[in-house]
Amino acid sequence: MDKDVVNIGKSVVIKGELNGSEDLTVEGNVEGKIELREHVLTIGPHGKIKAEVFAKVVIVLGEIVGNINAAEKVDIRDNGSVDGDIVSPRVAIAEGAHFRGSVDMQKKPAAPAQTVKPEVKPAPALAQAPSGQRLAGV
Amino acid sequence: MAGGDKLRNLGGFLSRLGAARQEEGKRPDTGSRREPEEGPLVASKALRKFLAYLGTRPTPILLDLGPVVGSNVTFFGEQLNCKVYIEDVFADLDRHARDRKLDEFPAFLSKRFTLGDGAVDGVLLWDLYDYLDRLSAQALATALVRLMRQDAALLGFFGSASHIGRGFTKFIVVDESHVRHRPYASVTVRQHAPQNRDIIKMFEGLRVSDSFLLQNNLREILFRKGGGGRPII
Repeated sequence: MDKDVVNIGKSVVIKGELNGSEDLTVEGNVEGKIELREHVLTIGPHGKIKAEVFAKVVIVLGEIVGNINAAEKVDIRDNGSVDGDIVSPRVAIAEGAHFRGSVDMQKKPAAPAQTVKPEVKPAPALAQAPSGQRLAGV
Repeated sequence: MAGGDKLRNLGGFLSRLGAARQEEGKRPDTGSRREPEEGPLVASKALRKFLAYLGTRPTPILLDLGPVVGSNVTFFGEQLNCKVYIEDVFADLDRHARDRKLDEFPAFLSKRFTLGDGAVDGVLLWDLYDYLDRLSAQALATALVRLMRQDAALLGFFGSASHIGRGFTKFIVVDESHVRHRPYASVTVRQHAPQNRDIIKMFEGLRVSDSFLLQNNLREILFRKGGGGRPII
């Protein structure tokens, strides 16, 4: 069965904090903080992120300016761009990707698992907020 | 084409594919996408020693002055359980060359690194030194010595006269004894082939721990910060 994947479209701009318990693909702009601690965050080719990112897996085809903390893996694909520090046990950076910052693959003792409760709370003027995501305007 | 020929061609193709797959299976899984294998594979003597030193540190901090190479990040991260800072000074140099601002490069290098004094356990200089004029080389050496903690290691490659005029090279670590040299486009070319004594003089505060002359006339020099004794060269 296909897993749920939520998309944030090209025309969507989010400023604030984005939490969720589903995989998410971002093609628009996000500024602030993204937390998908047990899920996959994909920054699509048109996605532009200026945020601190926490996720299980982060796949970058677009641009991220900010630090990335991934519990499992960060994958920067061709033409993907990251300006920031990465903390993750596995990091793959493709030929042709841009990266500026540090990579910390140091093995640390496992932190206790966090329970993420799905919560829907669309912020005003963000009508396209996908289900399972919490968007808190700042 | 006759049916027999087609079958023979198909057989040959499958056989080649099988051999390629077998070869692929022998390669260590670095966890990253495989990059095109261009450029000569060169044996390295100093890299193993560099890794051996950093392996004695529980969670070393590594400073890589070259362009980002995904497989290198994975290799060092997995081998050393380290934190790698990627500071592509080659790109900075090329940008200054394109903008015709090379006279500003020494001052730029003096302020380039934001890490604190003594923060770094290892530095991958690669062959950057060969592309720098004297003032820039001195500014870089001073900055790096400041960043290195006591007993930290610096690995540098230094070319000979035959390398002058060549552009930048990516150093792709294959294993602890082999590095693939992959040329890539750059405005900047190698300016000189520094003498050992000039290199040692430039890195005042470091001592030569090991040095090797490779078959391709590239010199590998492993420096360590502090400690007594005369340089080995």
